[in-house]
Amino acid sequence: MLVGEVKSIKELYGLDLIAPGHRACAGCGALVGVRQILMASKRPLIVVNATSCLEVTSTPYPQTMWKVPWVHLLFENAATAASGIEAALKVLSRKYGRQEHYIIAFGGDGGTFDIGIQALSGALERGHRFLYVCYDNEAYMNTGIQRSGATPLGAATTTSPVGTKIVGKTQQKKDLLEIVVAHRIPYAATASPSHWKDLVNKVRKAQSYDGPSFIHLIAPCTRGWYFDTSEAIKVARLAVETRYWPLYEVENGRYRITHPVPNPKPLEEFLKVQRRLSHLLLPENAEVLERLKAYVNERWERLQRLSACFA
Amino acid sequence: MAKVESSILPGGIISRPGSTSDYKTGTWRVKKPVVDLDRCTGCLLCWIYCPEPAIQKRNDGKIEFDYDYCKGCGICSVECPSKAIKMVEE
Ligand SMILES: Cc1ncc(C[n+]2csc(CCOP(=O)(O)OP(=O)(O)O)c2C)c(N)n1
Ligand code: SF4
Ligand code: SF4
Ligand code: SF4
Ligand SMILES: [Mg+2]
Repeated sequence: MLVGEVKSIKELYGLDLIAPGHRACAGCGALVGVRQILMASKRPLIVVNATSCLEVTSTPYPQTMWKVPWVHLLFENAATAASGIEAALKVLSRKYGRQEHYIIAFGGDGGTFDIGIQALSGALERGHRFLYVCYDNEAYMNTGIQRSGATPLGAATTTSPVGTKIVGKTQQKKDLLEIVVAHRIPYAATASPSHWKDLVNKVRKAQSYDGPSFIHLIAPCTRGWYFDTSEAIKVARLAVETRYWPLYEVENGRYRITHPVPNPKPLEEFLKVQRRLSHLLLPENAEVLERLKAYVNERWERLQRLSACFA
Repeated sequence: MAKVESSILPGGIISRPGSTSDYKTGTWRVKKPVVDLDRCTGCLLCWIYCPEPAIQKRNDGKIEFDYDYCKGCGICSVECPSKAIKMVEE
C-alpha cells in the first residue's frame, strides 16, 4: 500500500499522521504540505523538526499533533539530529536486527537556507539515509516575518520594509536546491501542496533511495505574505503557473521538469494577490519587477535546457 | 482549556501522540464551511487541502466537517471544484 506511485487521492485516505488541534494559523500552507508528505511517507517513520512555526505550533507542551516519534533540538541542527538517529538505528539493526525507520527532517527556510545550511551540507555529504524537507515560507515567520536568504527580491518583511530608501528586500532569493544538487545526492526536488500528486510521488521516490534526499516545498503563509486565510493553495498554484516555483526533480544528476508550464501566467498574477509583493506592480517599482522577472525567466530557461540534456 | 500534565517528564518528553486533539480549535472560527451534499461528488480535494485535518469521508463517500477542529480558513471552499462548500457566519 505504501510503495509505488500514488494514482488516486483515495489511496491516501486514512493515512494521516497528524492530529487536529495544532495551533498553526487558520489556513497555514505549510501544514497542508506537511500533512500530505506524512500521508505519503513510508513507515515506520521518525520526524526531526528544526525550531520554526511548524515546531512551535505542532507541539504546544504538553501536547503534540504528531502520531509518530518526533524530536526537536535546535533551530540550526535538524540535519545533524537526523544523521545521529540514522547512525544509531543502523547500529541497532546490525547488533539486534531491529527494523530500520524512515527519517524525515523538516526545517523552515531560515533553518535551512541560513542557520542550518552547514549541518545540512554535512549530512548530505556523509550520505545519511534520510529525507530533508525545507518548507519555504520565504521569511522567519515564527519570530515575526524577518527576511531570510529565501525571501524573494522586493518582498516586504519587517527587516526589509518598503520605504523611501529601499523597496523590500534588495537581494534575490538564494537558489538552495542547486546547492543541494551540488552534493550529488540521489534525489532532490521542488514541490507544492497545490500539486499534491506531484508532491506525494516525490516523497515516495525520495524514500526509495538508500541515501540522502531533499524536497523544497513552497509554503504560502497567510500572516507573512498577507493574503486571505482561504488562499494558501490558490497562491501556491499561481506560483507554479507563473513559473515562479518550477516543479522539477534531479534524480541521480538528471534534471526533469515534472510539471511543464507551456503557457505561463504573467508573474503579476502571483504578485498581486499578496501584500508583501503587490507594491511591485506600482509604476515607480517597475525596475525591481523587471529584475524579479529576469530571475524567474533565467531560472526556468536554465531548467529547460538542463531537462532537455537528459530527455 | 487544555489538559495540563501533572508532572513534567525528563527531557520534555510528550507521552501522548496526537494529543493536540484535546484542544478544540473550532472556537477560533469566524465563518463555518457548509457542504451542499447534492453538489458534492466525493472527490476529496477539500480533504487533501485542509490544514488541520477537519474533514472526513462519510459512508456514502461524500464529506462532512469536524467542527470541533475546523478553524474556518475557507481553503476547502475555494478549492472545491464543484462549488459545493459555502462559508457562512457562525
Ligand atoms: C540559534 C537561534 N536563533 C534564533 C532563534 C529564534 N527563532 C526561533 S524560530 C525562528 C525563525 C524560523 O524561521 P524559519 O526557519 O524560516 O521557519 P518559519 O518560522 O518561518 O516557519 C527564529 C529566528 C532560535 N530559536 N535559535
Ligand atoms: S505564521 Fe505562516 S507559517 Fe507560521 S503558522 Fe501562521 S500561516 Fe503558518
Ligand atoms: S471538494 Fe467539493 S466535491 Fe470534492 S469532496 Fe469536497 S465538497 Fe465534495
Ligand atoms: S474551513 Fe479550513 S479548517 Fe475548516 S474544513 Fe475547510 S479547510 Fe479545513
Ligand atoms: Mg520561514
